[in-house]
Amino acid sequence: MRHTISILVENKFGVLSRVAGLFSGRGYNIESISVGETLDPKISVMTIVTEGEEAIVEQITKQLNKLIDVIKVQDLFEVEHVEREMVLIKITPPAQLKAEALRLAEIFRGRVVDSSQKTYTIEITGDEKKIEAFVELMKPMGVKEFVRSGKIAIAREKIRQ
Amino acid sequence: MKATGSQIIVESLKKEGVRHIFGYPGGVVLNIFDALYDAKDIKLFLTRHEQGATHMADGYARSTGKVGVALVTSGPGATNTVTGIATAAMDSIPIVVLTGQVPTMLIGNDAFQEADIVGITRPCCKYNYLVKDINDLAYTIKEAFHIASSGRPGPVVIDLPKDVSAATGKFHWPDKLNLRSYNPTMEGNRWMIEKAAEKITRSKKPVIIAGGGVILSGASDELRIFAEFTDIPVTTTLMGIGAFPTDHHLSLGMLGMHGTYYANMAIQESDLLIAVGMRFDDRVTGKIDAFAPNAEIIHIDIDPTSIRKNVDVDIPIVGDSTKVLFTLNQILKETDKPQWEEIRKSWIKHIDEWKKARPLSYRFDENIIKPQYVIEKLYEATGGDAIIATEVGQNQMWAAQFFKYKKPRTFLSSGGLGTMGYGFPAALGAQVAFPDKTVIDIAGDGSIQMNIQELATAVIYDLPVKVAILNNHYLGMVRQWQELFFNERYSHSYLHEVPSFVKIAEAYGAVGLRAEKPSDVEPVIREALRVRKPVFMDFVIDWKEKVYPMVPAGAPIDQMLFDEEPKKEEKKLKVIK
Ligand SMILES: Cc1ncc(C[n+]2csc(CCOP(=O)(O)OP(=O)(O)O)c2C)c(N)n1
Repeated sequence: MRHTISILVENKFGVLSRVAGLFSGRGYNIESISVGETLDPKISVMTIVTEGEEAIVEQITKQLNKLIDVIKVQDLFEVEHVEREMVLIKITPPAQLKAEALRLAEIFRGRVVDSSQKTYTIEITGDEKKIEAFVELMKPMGVKEFVRSGKIAIAREKIRQ
Repeated sequence: MKATGSQIIVESLKKEGVRHIFGYPGGVVLNIFDALYDAKDIKLFLTRHEQGATHMADGYARSTGKVGVALVTSGPGATNTVTGIATAAMDSIPIVVLTGQVPTMLIGNDAFQEADIVGITRPCCKYNYLVKDINDLAYTIKEAFHIASSGRPGPVVIDLPKDVSAATGKFHWPDKLNLRSYNPTMEGNRWMIEKAAEKITRSKKPVIIAGGGVILSGASDELRIFAEFTDIPVTTTLMGIGAFPTDHHLSLGMLGMHGTYYANMAIQESDLLIAVGMRFDDRVTGKIDAFAPNAEIIHIDIDPTSIRKNVDVDIPIVGDSTKVLFTLNQILKETDKPQWEEIRKSWIKHIDEWKKARPLSYRFDENIIKPQYVIEKLYEATGGDAIIATEVGQNQMWAAQFFKYKKPRTFLSSGGLGTMGYGFPAALGAQVAFPDKTVIDIAGDGSIQMNIQELATAVIYDLPVKVAILNNHYLGMVRQWQELFFNERYSHSYLHEVPSFVKIAEAYGAVGLRAEKPSDVEPVIREALRVRKPVFMDFVIDWKEKVYPMVPAGAPIDQMLFDEEPKKEEKKLKVIK
């Protein structure tokens, strides 16, 4: 199963390599990783997407918890959560498809963030499915390159009954 | 108080109660060495190799329970410590390794003698630091000692750039630590412990497996109370040797690949395993799917990652062994005492039969020295009152099987990493801590040559460690595997009779003794124990001798090989040079 793990860590140098090293040293796979500061600049949050059987993911979360600089580990698989990633996609649509490309971007609430005579660069945010669907739709438009940010995720607040 | 970085380091070490350091100097640590020149209450032992220094710190820690300390220079000095750090990490031994580093402004420039030791040691230590600011020194050292020695202990590395140890600042010893992300769980969950007690009461065929965690936590007394009260037999892992007295009637000795017949049989038949401070290493479980097929498992460990890593567990209890066993004992005593003796009678009887059927044994020979005989004689001569270190290989297994260990912290062996060259320096570290105790390194002729240079350290500092070399002219354990599993193709395991250990000992100013026949063994041991000097005892043993029982790698642990097939005609050796 695919799991999205959210990790609060001390914002110190070397922490990212400790976390990444834990995965590589044990032969676990990281699908994506993204890191940023939190409200408290001394703390960062990492979002890691990984895949594995239940027992492996249990080991991963325990091993993460064991790292000295890790404050909290939450496997978002177990809770309701919101996930987002972003993609920047650069296309070179043939003249007759330019309008169609822009229309599709609009439907997906994308934004054109750069354009040249031949290319458009479109920014899309959303969950994985949306991003993948958009990339698929853009393929006939001549995708020159695209970059994905890796996933960030946050647990939903519980609604009080 | 105004102080240099080096003085701060030394003062901080004093605050941590450090009395002994093992080290080796070099350019970037000269300031620290200079500060040690005046530090009368800290003694530095100059080793001959940085690997030796780390193993000495490790042996010091294992034998005392205190944090061992090593101090080395940057680059090659630091990289030479890696084997010692990884050895300590695998066996959860608290050491602090101080490495010098090039000045901060040169870091990353491929400066002379620069190595990214923080990067290199990251996967093999519990934690590490690069201290860039003199104001962080004291706090870092305090935190490092705390991390090394608490929770599941382990090695911590502190990298100290030269400019930081040379700078001037203020010495301020922090009175508390602020580690929000590190809180080892000490108390086990009471509800879980109660469930465990219930299972123990109901079990008919329970076995306790004690690991190194029992020793690290100081839980031997609680373990003994528990075992005796409930009449449950105890087997130990290699790391758990000493956690429970081997000569106790409930002792099953060691389990696993070279474990006793009765320990392995008992495990396989048991209905309940109570695993304390051990991690189900593959050398212990053998084929994992066939391990203890009928048993429910209670697993007590301070490290949650150890639990359910290799085997499924019915009752996981995260906590310190001493605390958990204490609570468990209380609960057991509060409940109406079941008729333990009645309940256990048939199980204990069954086990006694296994014990009688196949005790640990070997064939004594009048003409050639058997290694097991040497170890028995060492036991007799010391009455078991000794600290035994081992190297790795057959020597280690015979030392585990044939010496009887009565107390914790008297068996020092590289269990997890299996580091040849560990035993001798570790023995020296223990001898530093206990100058008046008999400390013996049981060695192979291969292993002793991996850190033989520390004989100089032994002689100069008057550390009268006795090294019993079980000399078979082979990398014996490798030879054993080649004989059993590689069709006797002895590829590069023959060492020849080189060097002369007696002459080596003498060249260093130590004592060298040699025993060539069984009747030499006792006199050599007696003489070695008599002289207050480091001694190499060169026992020329039967090179064909193998370690039995043996569970072939990957087999279930009740499928053991024994030395009972009629001896085949001696085949000519195929030695590939
Ligand atoms: C540093 C290191 N290198 C290689 C090995 C692999 N190894 C395990 S046992 C062994 C043979 C040990 O030979 P010796 O020290 O002579 O002891 P014996 O088995 O003969 O008692 C070897 C090479 C090891 N454990 N450690």
